[in-house]
Amino acid sequence: MTRVVALHTSPRYAAQAMNEAAKRRLDPAQRADLVRALSRVLPADAILHRDDDVRPYECDGLACYRELPLAVVLPRDADEVAAVLRVCRERNVPVVARGAGTGLSGGALPVAGGIVLGLARLSAVLEVDPANRSARVQPGVTNLAISRAAAPHGLFYAPDPSSQIACTIGGNVAENAGGLHCIKYGLTTHNLLKIEIVTIDGERLTLGADALDAPGYDLLALFTGSEGLLGVIVEITVKLTPKPSRVRVLLAAFASVESAAAAVSDVIAAGIVPAGLEMMDNASIRAVEAYVACGYPVEAEAVLLAEIDGSDAEVAEDSARVEAILRGAGATAIRIADDADERAALWSGRKAAFPALGRMAPDYYCIDGSIPRRRLPDVLRGIAHLSQHYGLPVANVFHAGDGNLHPIILYDTGTPGEQERTERLGTDILALCVEAGGSVTGEHGVGIEKLDAMCVQYATPEIAMFHAIKHAFDPRGLLNPGKAVPTLRRCAEFGRMHVHRGRLPFAHLERY
Amino acid sequence: MDAPRERDETEALCERVRDAAARKTPLVIRGSGSKTFLVNACRGETLDVAAHAGIVAYAPDELVITARASTRLSDLEAQLAANGQMLGFEPPHFGPDATLGGTIACALSGPRRASVGAARDFVLGSRIVDGRGDVLRFGGEVIKNVAGYDVSRLMTGAFGTLGVLLDVSLKLVPIPRAERTRVLEIDVAAALQRVRAWAQRPLPISATAILDGRLAVRFSGAESAVRTAEAEIGGEAIESAPFWAALREHALEFFADSRPLWRLSVAPATRYAAFDGPQLIEWHGAERWLKSETDAAELRAWAAAAGGHATLFRAGALQVPAQDRFHPLPSALMALHRRLKAQFDPHGLFNRGAMYADL
Repeated sequence: MTRVVALHTSPRYAAQAMNEAAKRRLDPAQRADLVRALSRVLPADAILHRDDDVRPYECDGLACYRELPLAVVLPRDADEVAAVLRVCRERNVPVVARGAGTGLSGGALPVAGGIVLGLARLSAVLEVDPANRSARVQPGVTNLAISRAAAPHGLFYAPDPSSQIACTIGGNVAENAGGLHCIKYGLTTHNLLKIEIVTIDGERLTLGADALDAPGYDLLALFTGSEGLLGVIVEITVKLTPKPSRVRVLLAAFASVESAAAAVSDVIAAGIVPAGLEMMDNASIRAVEAYVACGYPVEAEAVLLAEIDGSDAEVAEDSARVEAILRGAGATAIRIADDADERAALWSGRKAAFPALGRMAPDYYCIDGSIPRRRLPDVLRGIAHLSQHYGLPVANVFHAGDGNLHPIILYDTGTPGEQERTERLGTDILALCVEAGGSVTGEHGVGIEKLDAMCVQYATPEIAMFHAIKHAFDPRGLLNPGKAVPTLRRCAEFGRMHVHRGRLPFAHLERY
Repeated sequence: MDAPRERDETEALCERVRDAAARKTPLVIRGSGSKTFLVNACRGETLDVAAHAGIVAYAPDELVITARASTRLSDLEAQLAANGQMLGFEPPHFGPDATLGGTIACALSGPRRASVGAARDFVLGSRIVDGRGDVLRFGGEVIKNVAGYDVSRLMTGAFGTLGVLLDVSLKLVPIPRAERTRVLEIDVAAALQRVRAWAQRPLPISATAILDGRLAVRFSGAESAVRTAEAEIGGEAIESAPFWAALREHALEFFADSRPLWRLSVAPATRYAAFDGPQLIEWHGAERWLKSETDAAELRAWAAAAGGHATLFRAGALQVPAQDRFHPLPSALMALHRRLKAQFDPHGLFNRGAMYADL
């Protein structure tokens, strides 16, 4: 599973970044003053400021963008976070909050002349409250650790992004992370009760409540997915969900993408809400079969994976109906798995899709767009057409249940012109998603990567309003500046995740 | 009154807002008026949005609908029911002409809320007119969309103070194939204990209500799942739909009491606290209706200690000062509300004082 990422630097970004950096770069005296001020509020081991020490923080999961921060601080509690923010506000120093740094859109990329506020030391599960079906945790707790802590009570934390063994809940909230099971259990935003934040002024606010709603504006919703631009999260109360007593996975093969897409619609129209519903096209099927020999039918044009969960009776009834629907829609073969190992085997192909495709070509780009489900055949035809036009193969992996498409472009930077063609192809695919009524990012976030794509999805008044919202929380623009919301002048280019044979951060993490 | 209900009034509404902005004249947004009792009286010219109605897009196999704000909730629900779908948050109407816009603006959710989700959980996108008279579109019609701040959910429950809702896109849910209700005779403390224990298990429970020594529990889902749960939990079967509709619409006998109606929103496992007056407890313990003349400060202190808040939902004969209807906010949070309001509605046009005196 060795995958690699090359430094991918668009000349335009580089030039812009350098200009911005030059403007912000603190002179050595200012840097010394900042470190001195920080050391008055933090213990010495909580401040990193030598280049070698801060280098591990120069990028997140989108490794093609890198920037050395002025310093990295690692506070242990909310009071230290507040103290750091006050120091930075007094000195006009930008702050980038960071969890595990697994994000795929550059949200935790340091800002030149700014500090990284690492929240990894706030890593305690403070309380699991089964009676209220909630858990109160610090932001540096990993996603999976919450479910582990809840497991003795028969409960779990539902959102399950593919990086869940490493990604932190603070980052999940900042990105409104999804996962394989959002079709039934929702995104992060649906699974939160309350957060404690520290504003740039160092003030603590509670958004949401232990109750199911809170008075005033729904600032919890506004804050979720705000990518670190509005405040720093220091505590989170998540909603826990009872573990279903039974899970069944069905794998169905189809002779055409159209019939698989129709089957998805038929399942939804029948009033069944599967826990997961995934689709892969022939290119992806062949790649994973060659890679993990998971027994997928390589002749099929598409496979669907449907996971049904609930009580024994429910699963028996729903899966029988799903099976009938899949056959009715033209499934040529269906496999069913009940026990945990068999289910894992069926899932293994889907979960290995990215690394498997990574073996097929020297480089790959993973696009993250979302579309209305019914537009899938059109969009896939459009992608096939574009793929032909640019002479670059594209494989498709699709969270079919919730319309989140991950087209993967296979290419070789070694071939002259191919990098540029790939970028243009990716650009065109995202435009296709927006044209189909979708979004330029379903789950990876905007970060630095999709700043320009934002301008395709939103017009000037909306983008101006996003800046206005930011201003209401952070008038000086010190929190993760330059991320998530583009300045209008930048509205020129799309972004994407680029994977190549360099070093992929978190190479051990699954990605699907 | 139903004649011209299918119109796109966007332009006319923007024009009204621009005109009001030019004259610095506050506006009171009005759909059918069914939710007026919920908010503080606010002064201004009436901005009648009732004509801006109609379903814009509905694809049943997408489980998404987009409708104009003044679409009648009953029309919308009839259309969904014809396709075997419904609004997952089971909103109360509080009037025959209740609109989608009012429901979203007031963030009203019904009996299914604790099991399935709140109004805000189903909002995918919106179009609004801001205080400058500009049309803004946020979110969209797709389930997964993390581009930009989630302004559509911010609009949910803002009581029209941030902008005029034009269209709302909602995620839908299928109507459960089976839905039945059982009633158990049980005292309130034991009932709270039961619902708390059930909530920790994967049972197909879609609503609970505790009232007068009885606990009503509704099961929804696959026929077999409902049957199994009924067998386990027992109780006496009652006709399901009329009971929950009456509860949702505050048409039960309980609500006829002339005392003020308080809504206490608390952590679900909060122990029963007796106040002067009867209580009806929904949402597996998280929503407690209280008919009482108990002092607001006492109720607020209790609800806050229970992780929540208290709202004077129906004032009855009580004369309420404007600041006393909704639970007060800490000053730093209130300041943030004001700053947000200033960005959306710089001239302070929309529903001034509907929620809080200075919003």
